Amino acid sequence: MTRPSGAAPVPTLGRPRLRGLLIQAGLIVVVAALAWVAVINVAENLARANIATGFDFWNVTAGFDISQTLIFYSAQASTYGRAFWVGFLNTVLVAALAIALATIIGFVVGIARLSPNFLVAKLASGYVELIRNIPLLLQLLFWYNAVLKALPDIRDSVMLPGGGYLNIRGLFLPAPNVFGGQTLALVLLGGIVAAIAWRWWRRKTGRIAATPLDIAVMAFLVLGLPLLVAIFIEARISFAYPQMGRFNIRGGLEILPEFVALLAGLSIYTAAFIAEVVRAGLLSVPKGQTEAAYSLGLRRGPTMRLVVVPQAMRVIVPPLTNQYLNLFKNSTLAVAIGYPDLVQIFTGTVLNNTGQAVEVVVLTMAVYLTISLATSLAMNIYNKRVMLVER
Amino acid sequence: MKWVSVALAVAGAALVGLSSASAATLDTVKARGVLNCGANGQLPGFGMPDAQGVWTGFDVEMCRALAAAIFDDPDKVKFIPLTAKDRFTALQSGDVDVLIRNTTWTLSRDTQLGLNATMINYYDGQGFIVRKSLKLNSALELNDAAVCVQQGTTSELNLSDYFRTNKMRLKSVTFATLDEALKAYDTGRCDAYTTDASQLYSVRLKLAKPEDHVVLPEVISKEPFAAFVRHGDDQWFDIVKWVQFAMVNAEEFGIGQSNVDEMVSSANPEIKRLLGSEGNYGEQLGLTKDWVVRIVKKVGNYGEVFDRTIGQNSALKIARGQNALWTKGGLMYAPPVR
Repeated sequence: MTRPSGAAPVPTLGRPRLRGLLIQAGLIVVVAALAWVAVINVAENLARANIATGFDFWNVTAGFDISQTLIFYSAQASTYGRAFWVGFLNTVLVAALAIALATIIGFVVGIARLSPNFLVAKLASGYVELIRNIPLLLQLLFWYNAVLKALPDIRDSVMLPGGGYLNIRGLFLPAPNVFGGQTLALVLLGGIVAAIAWRWWRRKTGRIAATPLDIAVMAFLVLGLPLLVAIFIEARISFAYPQMGRFNIRGGLEILPEFVALLAGLSIYTAAFIAEVVRAGLLSVPKGQTEAAYSLGLRRGPTMRLVVVPQAMRVIVPPLTNQYLNLFKNSTLAVAIGYPDLVQIFTGTVLNNTGQAVEVVVLTMAVYLTISLATSLAMNIYNKRVMLVER
Repeated sequence: MKWVSVALAVAGAALVGLSSASAATLDTVKARGVLNCGANGQLPGFGMPDAQGVWTGFDVEMCRALAAAIFDDPDKVKFIPLTAKDRFTALQSGDVDVLIRNTTWTLSRDTQLGLNATMINYYDGQGFIVRKSLKLNSALELNDAAVCVQQGTTSELNLSDYFRTNKMRLKSVTFATLDEALKAYDTGRCDAYTTDASQLYSVRLKLAKPEDHVVLPEVISKEPFAAFVRHGDDQWFDIVKWVQFAMVNAEEFGIGQSNVDEMVSSANPEIKRLLGSEGNYGEQLGLTKDWVVRIVKKVGNYGEVFDRTIGQNSALKIARGQNALWTKGGLMYAPPVR
């Protein structure tokens, strides 16, 4: 009895694909079961130790004050949930501004490092080497304790032209209060969207370079239209001036020194890394590209802007995403200098007052995870757009 | 399959980690040979290592008394410095066996945190320190002031309450540690610094020019300090409670470091029971017969510890006030050993 070797019946479990699937499924079950046991175990232990569980605390009155609130918040009326959102917005505010600043500084320094001007190039590389080799925490402490604490006492405030004050408690500026401001903001937003749409449509229809007509239309949409509306609804601007009180300056716009220290520390630190990313990106574009552009008669500026940078972007964007994520996560160092960010408020005061470490910490981690993933996603989409299109 | 091993490690930690806390604490401490005590670390008079790295302070001596009762050696303590906001988590997770860190006893801390407060070992209240140059006479004049405060403390909540009750506007600036909050006050970031009155005197010594600052007369809250232990270990709860009671009782009967050996042979039945020459009260707690002798000989009675760390023989010179014995017009009162 001989059988042709090719027709040998393979036992069911011997089929690689099925076996692989079964092992995968088994693993998932094991991992899920372990996770489930862990959750149950934590819950049981918390219950046995009589530690409160659940999110009931979310709607309990907070009872503590916060120094910087972007939305309405008061110790007597607001809940722990509200305090969470206050902290969240403070984190987003400082991170978003720091990302914008770090990108600008980083690009300028990165390009400067490649400058043919000896002094500019050396200054830029000195900046990078100095900043990126000192721990961020020390830099924050430096900004907060050495730089901003050197500002004058409140009673010797520096008077700024236009009615502002500068002292150790922060920068106090007149707060503009625009009558009809909401309408104007909406019109302005609409104008910007319309201008972008116009440009997009013109590009679609083949007019790549902006013509005077394009510039005129876009200028009207962004500047002219809001101005016309402003005249029509008789918009007026008034300022709420900061007033020196018995102890403190009241009214107006208050910028905390904690905020400035964190913003400065984060953006200057991350900018050093972004500068290196930018430099690497620019160097990745073959020299021939620059030479070709020069031979076409382009000068240095346009060569950089039109030929080198667009090609460098596909190298720059992925590591740039990393730097943005690092900056966002580093903003939690706010806790060292008393800036009321999410970690300081929520995993600091709220955790301590409620004692519900598991819920509070898990929620905070989920927030950072979500925002980081969203940033990553946005940057990936952008990266797809700047990638080299191969035909 | 790296993620699988990571997941297993995490799950394993979750399975094992929390359950270890429920073993009998006394046995754990004895097996370890050292008591892990959660202490302050930044507060002169209550808990802080000195220039030589030796821990000193009122709370620190309470930990030493516990170690003396268990090991007959007050130095078998490992002090773990904790910030206000980390202290409860450290106790819940079993990083420390007992938390003696100028911690106020409140209802929610007793019920929500899975902890038990043992005995009030110091009666305190919250106050304010301000610059003399402001020429303030009362905390009620602080409307609109910026106040520095340590985060996660009852002080932070009392501060909001006090300003709200008196219809004053508050700008609070919170910091995670005492030193950061104090430094911010010292540099002029705030008009006032608030914390428990006992601390105000000690932190004033840390300021650049102590004589430029004055403590306002108002005491705005009740701050009864207590040692905390975890829920669910009644034997350990009893030990921590009774070590402190014993120190108060020893002071009441006039038993001190210098005369404890003679007192052992006293004819007074109450002293005999306290010092173990009659009955087996130490064994009932899971300790030895001579537990109080050990405490008093190695560490001292309540009054001796008080005077040495925060009272008349210390730099702080805090008066006994409410912390005097009940027989001397104070609130310190301990149940009898019998």
